Amino acid sequence: MTIVFYLLAALTLAGALAAFLLRHLIHAALAVTVSFAGLALLFLSLDAQFAGFAQILIYIGAVAILVVFAILLTRADIPKEGVFSRSWLVGLIIAAGVFAVLGWAVLESIGGIPQQNLAPAISVHDIGSALVGRYVLPLEIVALLLTSATIGAVIVAMHEREGGK
Amino acid sequence: MTAFPSPLAGYLLVAALLFAIGLAGALVRRNAILVLIGIELMLNAANLNLIAFWRYGPNPQLLTGLMFAIFSIAVAAAEAAVGLGLVISIYRHAHTTDLDHISRMKG
Repeated sequence: MTIVFYLLAALTLAGALAAFLLRHLIHAALAVTVSFAGLALLFLSLDAQFAGFAQILIYIGAVAILVVFAILLTRADIPKEGVFSRSWLVGLIIAAGVFAVLGWAVLESIGGIPQQNLAPAISVHDIGSALVGRYVLPLEIVALLLTSATIGAVIVAMHEREGGK
Repeated sequence: MTAFPSPLAGYLLVAALLFAIGLAGALVRRNAILVLIGIELMLNAANLNLIAFWRYGPNPQLLTGLMFAIFSIAVAAAEAAVGLGLVISIYRHAHTTDLDHISRMKG
């Protein structure tokens, strides 16, 4: 456990918490972008360079921009009744319960997991060979999924014609 | 700096806390876009778990956890695109993204 881990964990969790609490949607979107960046740095600190850079490209580059576009297109104002739902207490209790169970499970079982601390020597070449070798079927399925999701998103968000309802 | 029993436990606890924050956001916030952001945070917490187990588990040269995380990122991107398209479509229909007001299937 190094100081870098604590800094990155604090950055990630602070961004997520700010996204949860902030009233303005744009501020929340920027806070969640900070959280995504912290996660990318955590991936890098775990020697997963490819996943870290994929996280930066996909989440900060694409998903955050999509969220900002959706916020601007829906012109959502701050509701007068507040930003939290009517059943906020139940939601908070469920979330706290889930965290309690997960934390208990981690702390109880961590001693029984075999761990090795050597940094894995993985090159991008290995990842590329694995993607088109052992994992070629999932890769093709992901390609199909992304194509259909793009077409589906365009069709869902496309302007409805008059009388076509 | 021995607050955690092992580095793996630190990463797993951060992921658990991130998952809980995302779940709270998805359950508590009124705005549909913020609910989607909460779901993205939960997916990211799962990815952090996968990569932490890949890094500290046996046989990291097999790349299983890393590959699972990369495919999970791709699926999450598709989910975000479709989800935000749905939010825009609902906004055009109901003129709100407040989930307390969108409680009926019938427009």
